[in-house]
Amino acid sequence: MLDIHHIHKTFNAGTPNEVRALQDVSLTIDEGSFVVVIGTNGSGKSTLLNAVAGSFIVDTGAIRLDGSDITAWSEHRRATKVGRVFQNPFSGTAPNMSIAENLALAARRGMKRGLGWALTRSVRDELRDRVRRLNMGLEDRLENPIGTLSGGQRQALTLVMASWIKPKLLLLDEHTAALDPKSADQVVQLSQDVIARDKLTALMVTHSMHQAALLGDRLVMMHRGAVIHDFSGSEKSRLRASDLLARFEDVRRADRLDESAAEMLRRTYV
Amino acid sequence: MLLLIGAMTIGLILSLLAMGVFISFRIFEFPDITADGSITLGGAVAAVLLVAHVNPVLATLAAFAAGAVAGSITGFINTRFGINRLLSGILVMTALYSVNLHVMGKSNVPLLSERTMASVADTWGQAVLGASTVNLAGWAVNVRDLSVLVCCVAIVAVVGALLYVFFRTNLGTAMQAAGDNAQMIRALGVNVDNMVVLGLALSNGLVAVSGALLTQYQGFADVQMGIGMVVWGLASIIIGEALVGVRQLGFIIVGAVMGSVLFRLLVAIALRGGLNPNDLKLMTAVFVFCALVLPGLVRRMKRPRPVAATN
Repeated sequence: MLDIHHIHKTFNAGTPNEVRALQDVSLTIDEGSFVVVIGTNGSGKSTLLNAVAGSFIVDTGAIRLDGSDITAWSEHRRATKVGRVFQNPFSGTAPNMSIAENLALAARRGMKRGLGWALTRSVRDELRDRVRRLNMGLEDRLENPIGTLSGGQRQALTLVMASWIKPKLLLLDEHTAALDPKSADQVVQLSQDVIARDKLTALMVTHSMHQAALLGDRLVMMHRGAVIHDFSGSEKSRLRASDLLARFEDVRRADRLDESAAEMLRRTYV
Repeated sequence: MLLLIGAMTIGLILSLLAMGVFISFRIFEFPDITADGSITLGGAVAAVLLVAHVNPVLATLAAFAAGAVAGSITGFINTRFGINRLLSGILVMTALYSVNLHVMGKSNVPLLSERTMASVADTWGQAVLGASTVNLAGWAVNVRDLSVLVCCVAIVAVVGALLYVFFRTNLGTAMQAAGDNAQMIRALGVNVDNMVVLGLALSNGLVAVSGALLTQYQGFADVQMGIGMVVWGLASIIIGEALVGVRQLGFIIVGAVMGSVLFRLLVAIALRGGLNPNDLKLMTAVFVFCALVLPGLVRRMKRPRPVAATN
């Protein structure tokens, strides 16, 4: 389904602020698989997601999705295949437009937009149904500007929007990181339900060990722009949050070892 | 009475300008100065075509097309070449000054006996009322003025309704979203750059129609007629927003029309009250400045201590 083939991305190349965000990342995701990506700060996990979404074009390597080579596709063109929920709850919705208008926009994701009426009766009925299923009482507030809702409500609606037309790939970018614990749980539950119901292929980035252990059928751990661990099957289902913490501790120790080894070599030879 | 009718007519004509400025400034938050040039362009194109005996309606539609081209150039150089929004507008506005002179061939094109929308409205009005003056609440009103006013009401109503309907379509809602949250609508498969170009085309098309109608009403096109018009449109929108107080599209469009008419009335009263016409642009600029600054000042005075912004 998704085939990431040796991609590299360096930001601010050739300047003192050079960041090698992705260094030779390869990842193949099967159809219907729910992959969770974790990693330390600056490990490149969100960059990986953005590379797939098309926020930037990778320096080298190729990305194939659903049989097409999307490496050079613009972000809006990739949106025909990709549904996306952002980390910032305000990023996924147009605040000054009504709930109904936002959802109607999502109902045409990746389709041609002509002079047809946006909120036809059938669209209106369907979006009322879908919003009612959220059990947030929003079905009576469809005409309100979406900017008046809480972050959790907006994130739940963004999830509905991203999956309105079944995406070939659903990207979730730390989409509960900015929410309070209760809303975060609600949105996680909803994500799980949507992915299971529509049998979606999903790639989720999270900073939460708990979510990483709980969700998905495959877990990818990143560090310094590269994939360092890849668990799937029974190995993934046996993982606990504490195991993941231990892995991170290993990584940290190795980092420190690198530094102290460098320091030792420097003292000896320089 | 004459003052009132004249001010209302010009106010209505310039409300199309306000609608255009609303699209660029409010929907896209794009400070598009092109409008200063495209209102003149609209007037110039219409005037030249009318002198060549083209049907007034066609001449006005041609003005729309010309304005749309000017607007899309601004959008194009902003989105494709990454030139700053303000500068893109300034570049096109500056270029339009020469273009307008070329279109007109001179700095002023008078419409003396040409068939214009105004003269057509006059003919129809006289045919309906059967006289050249009519008694309106005790005043003898020229039928020409009255029928032009009625004609303007009709045009503004139709254009306003079309604009409202447009922003209810798939394309129109996508355009609104492109201005509201570009990241979101990009993730839903819309090319935001194209939306900006299209939006500015629509905006400047409306502005040019406003210029075309103004030319036909006042009987001449002048290369200077666009100076300060963006600020004028902005003033109308600010007044309109204060009048309706609701941030809902239909209300904002109606508000822009009301704001434009009211602002023109205020100007007419001020001029009659002895305001030096040379000071008009200065007063308009000061007014817009105050309208932009005062709400913030009042809010700060009401709440002495700054409160953390919650969104």
